[in-house]
Amino acid sequence: MSTPVELPRWADVALAPLLTVVTAFAVSGLVVLAIGENPIEAMSLLFKGALGSKAGWGYTLYYTTSFIFTGLAVAIAFQAGLFNIGGEGQATLGGLGIVLFCFSFEWLPGFLLVPLGVLGAALAGAAWAFIPGYLQARRGSHVVITTIMFNFIAATLMVYLLVNVMGRPGSMAPETRNIADHAVAAPMNVFLGALGISFPRTPLNISFFLAILAAIAVWVLVWHTRLGYEIRVVGASPTAAVYAGISPARITMVTMAISGGLAGLLAVNEIMGLQHRLLLEFSAGAGFVGIAVALMGRAHPLGVVLAAFLFGVLYQGGAELSFDKPAITKDMIVVIQGFVILFAGALEFAFKRPLARLFRIREA
Amino acid sequence: MEFLDATLQILASTVRLAVPLICACLAGLWSERAGIVDIGLEGKMLGAAFAAAVAAISTGSAMLGLLAGIGVSILLSLVHGYAAIAQRGNQIVSGVAINMLAVGLTAVLGHAWYREGGRTPPVAQSQRFLPIDLPFADQVGAIPVLGGIYKQLLSGHNLLVWLAFLAVPLTWWVLQKTRFGLRLRAVGENPAAVDTAGISVARLRYEAVIICGVLCGLGGAYLSIAQGAGFLNNMTAGKGFIALAALIFAKWRPGPALAACLLFGFLDAMAIRLQGVALPGIGQAPVQFIQALPYVLTVVLLAGFIGRAVPPKASGVPYVKER
Repeated sequence: MSTPVELPRWADVALAPLLTVVTAFAVSGLVVLAIGENPIEAMSLLFKGALGSKAGWGYTLYYTTSFIFTGLAVAIAFQAGLFNIGGEGQATLGGLGIVLFCFSFEWLPGFLLVPLGVLGAALAGAAWAFIPGYLQARRGSHVVITTIMFNFIAATLMVYLLVNVMGRPGSMAPETRNIADHAVAAPMNVFLGALGISFPRTPLNISFFLAILAAIAVWVLVWHTRLGYEIRVVGASPTAAVYAGISPARITMVTMAISGGLAGLLAVNEIMGLQHRLLLEFSAGAGFVGIAVALMGRAHPLGVVLAAFLFGVLYQGGAELSFDKPAITKDMIVVIQGFVILFAGALEFAFKRPLARLFRIREA
Repeated sequence: MEFLDATLQILASTVRLAVPLICACLAGLWSERAGIVDIGLEGKMLGAAFAAAVAAISTGSAMLGLLAGIGVSILLSLVHGYAAIAQRGNQIVSGVAINMLAVGLTAVLGHAWYREGGRTPPVAQSQRFLPIDLPFADQVGAIPVLGGIYKQLLSGHNLLVWLAFLAVPLTWWVLQKTRFGLRLRAVGENPAAVDTAGISVARLRYEAVIICGVLCGLGGAYLSIAQGAGFLNNMTAGKGFIALAALIFAKWRPGPALAACLLFGFLDAMAIRLQGVALPGIGQAPVQFIQALPYVLTVVLLAGFIGRAVPPKASGVPYVKER
């Protein structure tokens, strides 16, 4: 920021993030210790639960899929110097987009309906993020505050729609009817089964491939297109951007829309892949996990995918851990997440400055 | 008479619902007027609510509960302050981290200590701040209108309610009428000028975040050991963010902050009251619209469609001494 900290590139991209994660785990270990459990044992149970079986991998990668989408959403906004805290709300709207498209075009065959559902998710998420983007670009209100407010507005809107407008006929539950069977994103066991590979039934579905595609697309967009260059220039210096003939206002709106579209895709994994109907709070905090993922992944798609996988391991492993060790609830993951955000985000310089000093000593 | 009674009931519940908003809103005001953006109000209140309930249960004293709540809230404030002031880290990121840590830690520790799914056991009457009846409330209450106002609206609030309302003029007086307040406001507008005058920017900002911690602690303790009787998972339920909205709505000034919190408290009271009520001509009351109103109004205000909300100039900007 104001005083750039000079680090060798490998230390900046690998060592510093690694150190922050290790610290976050160590401090969380202290919390585990404080409630009278063995952190080493907890850690090994966690990893075994996440990666010790095919089913574990299925769940882990299902969580990973969600976090790649929200992580990319936060990351691309970071590239433009924007902080999109609205992933939750944008994902919620993404779910609405899916059911609207899937219900309206139910007569279409599956190979058209599924992409339409994906499009619906992206468009609705993009629209919900475009408004804060527009308000910052043209009306001067800050996206951080507006996206927070939009999360709450989206949540209340969803309650209203599901209770009063779109509820399943003849049911009191705040959820819609199911989307058609041919609108569903194929579960991974079905997909792999068609290729002759056996895989247990887990929530993992073909949205995983969409997430990987999205990561590649973001990489290409940010580093290999003109728009991506403009995004990075605005992120680095809005004033320089103006001199270069780039309009920061336009980039703000476009980037927010792309960011919201990516967050909206979370709903593809959750609604089209798993729930098959729109219900309340299906995003389950994944929008906030995206912030941790983007910070840890240094706002780079590869970093985001790796960090999303780590959080996938944590979520699945944490769920298994809470079965084995009833004293440790799943909320432990939120604690680790909080520490990762604190150390990798807010206190990044506390890690980098001593590191930089260390490297200077070595060079001298 | 019936109408008056209903109105008084709604107003009384407005006051009760507005208290945590007032605390958090003033907390945010102190922090942001000193140049530290704080979206971690929610987390600090939650942490304080938990600590207050735990301390009240284990020591049997409401006062110690309040102190524990304030202590935990100050601790979280100092983490935020350290990140924002000493490390010049991103203040939004730090706020997000504190909110998450509060949600996670209260649930993990609560479950480990009490095994009730993250809740604490109920706090006994003797360990809570109980309603204080004003003198002669029952006798005066018999007088029409004025008596009702005295009995139902003014009497029967606990100590923390009075403290919260007292904090409003106190905040105004300190900020506007004392040297400390002037310096604090200056540090949020033009820290370089304060620094040139030989006053420590960091010290003033730390003082501001500590005051912010005290007020959030008050709000949190109010939720778990005054208005409520025990800690529930995520019991702040977005109040910290509504307070943030109220702060923007009030354009970072104490008097309007009180008004905005009362307005948002009133909307909350109406939403609760109208739950499931059929209104003539409209049908089922659109409770969700009332609930979304604070957020919508804030967005509209921020966008400059009604008036303009301009934050303190240096808020969110880490101060770097020139060399």
